Amino acid sequence: MLKKLKTMKKTTRSNMITYGIVIAAFIILQTLTYTGNLSSLLQGLLVPLCTYVILAVSLNLVVGILGELSLGHAGFMCVGAFSSAFFSKCMRDVITVAPLRFFLALLIGIIVAAIFGIIIGIPVLRLKGDYLAIVTLAFGEIIKNLVNVLFIGVDSNGFHFSTKDIMDLNMEADGTVIVNGPQGITGTPKDSTFLIGTILVLITLFIVLNLINSRDGRAIMAIRDNRIAAESIGINVTKYKLMAFTVSAALAGAAGVLYSHNLSTLSANTNNFGYNMSISILVFVVLGGIGSIRGSMIAAVILTLLPELLRGYSFSDYRMLIYAIVLILMMLFNWAPKAIEWREKYLSFGKRKKEAVK
Amino acid sequence: MAALLDVKNLGISFGGLRAVNGFDISIEKEELYGLIGPNGAGKTTVFNLLTGVYKPDSGKVLLDGQDITGKKTIDISKEGIARTFQNIRLFKQLSVLDNVKAGLHNKHHYSTAAGILRLPGFRRVEKEMDEKAMELLKVFDLEQEAHLTADNLPYGKQRRLEIARALATEPKLLLLDEPAAGMNPNETGELMDMIRFVRENFHMTILLIEHDMKLVSGICERLTVLNFGEVLAHGKTSDVLNDPQVITAYLGE
Repeated sequence: MLKKLKTMKKTTRSNMITYGIVIAAFIILQTLTYTGNLSSLLQGLLVPLCTYVILAVSLNLVVGILGELSLGHAGFMCVGAFSSAFFSKCMRDVITVAPLRFFLALLIGIIVAAIFGIIIGIPVLRLKGDYLAIVTLAFGEIIKNLVNVLFIGVDSNGFHFSTKDIMDLNMEADGTVIVNGPQGITGTPKDSTFLIGTILVLITLFIVLNLINSRDGRAIMAIRDNRIAAESIGINVTKYKLMAFTVSAALAGAAGVLYSHNLSTLSANTNNFGYNMSISILVFVVLGGIGSIRGSMIAAVILTLLPELLRGYSFSDYRMLIYAIVLILMMLFNWAPKAIEWREKYLSFGKRKKEAVK
Repeated sequence: MAALLDVKNLGISFGGLRAVNGFDISIEKEELYGLIGPNGAGKTTVFNLLTGVYKPDSGKVLLDGQDITGKKTIDISKEGIARTFQNIRLFKQLSVLDNVKAGLHNKHHYSTAAGILRLPGFRRVEKEMDEKAMELLKVFDLEQEAHLTADNLPYGKQRRLEIARALATEPKLLLLDEPAAGMNPNETGELMDMIRFVRENFHMTILLIEHDMKLVSGICERLTVLNFGEVLAHGKTSDVLNDPQVITAYLGE
């Protein structure tokens, strides 16, 4: 097995290690759960962890590989979460097999998020840099606010929509409310499990890593490095930008599906689908290393666990402070010229050093 | 034989400035053609017009008999014009090999699904691309550096890699924008040999912009001199370089 690992191509080997880390983490955490060594707090964090890893990896496709700063990633997650939760709640009694229901919900979440990705991507990708960041930020907020004023009910006459309140739905007496504005969707079946989450993480990694190491990924990175040169060799800039953006949105939608099926009540607020969430995901990506898929995965895990683990101790009042300090230190370690110099000199995993040796 | 590139009355204005006016050029197949002129004469603008970066507001461009006037850059690339840039534009974070493979983008296809699912087509086409790219790198003496990041190459090699990437698109016409800029006489000498080699082995037609008169007089068969956006002279290299008008405008007494 190890011998085989050595003969593989460098990128393939690196990808195998990434998958290996995920599988190993899954086995360890599952063992701990079954032997009763994992606190209920941590058990409750397992599915959200998978969600954040998927979000971080998918955002890295836009920020690291396409090289555009998107601040609306939580918006796509929101779309995926609500469309799939809506489906699952409607189908709760029709499809009783949970995995099948979840699979269909997942498909719906992904497709709806991808459609939003295309609709938003077409105008937004004409912009660059700060402007793109601002517009995606606005789109994320718009999606969150739209969901907050959305009322949907169902009765014997079919579906009723409103953007005002429940009374405005004009339902018959037998009607039930499915989406209740700011209160969101209650009673979504809890179909997400850690196993499903891990599988989704692996699929996300598989899609993103293989996309990067293919003809399309090369085109996307060529556009990132030099758009004018990419055009001059006949690469369709609009097509590949939209491809990266849409794949990223679809994967964020999948994360949303996982997230919504882990909660009995789903409502959109700033912390889960708004600005705060988008920034948190961006922090995972930046800390893990822009363009480094494995890095963003690990950063997502550490930064999600850290505040929770610090919660129990006497210095729990300072946990946000410690969190911030860790952020600053990691930034310095990753980006400060002196730190990079030191790393190259003393740590063998300095990237440039490896290249120089070869 | 009809000319490979036939440009008639090409022109463009930026606001009130007529950057290029009434530009004509006719280049035969497998010819090495030079475009010279003082700074700001509009040479690079001509390249940008030919490759669709700018849309001309007058004139016609025929490539191999096909009208490509005003087409988009990617379509012109598919029609068969490739170029390099005055200020090197490599894909800096990609490896040297991937830079050339990016150039092969439109010549070797497999679907996105084949790429993600690693279907057999993916492996076969990637292998073809690797072989083709290594062949090109060998021509430019870059095969040792294939797995280095393009950004880490020394300057002269970056210029060569840019030519290799342009050739990967299998063009009919290659445009070189100051290929010898910033090179020492040794490197320029090597570059001249390389350009001749490319012309002969790839049967390539080359139009180049250059300020290095040694290179221009050494390899170009014909020249066009541009001054203030207009053609000052054109013809055989030796004739043009001895033209008194050219000497006063560009070369100096």
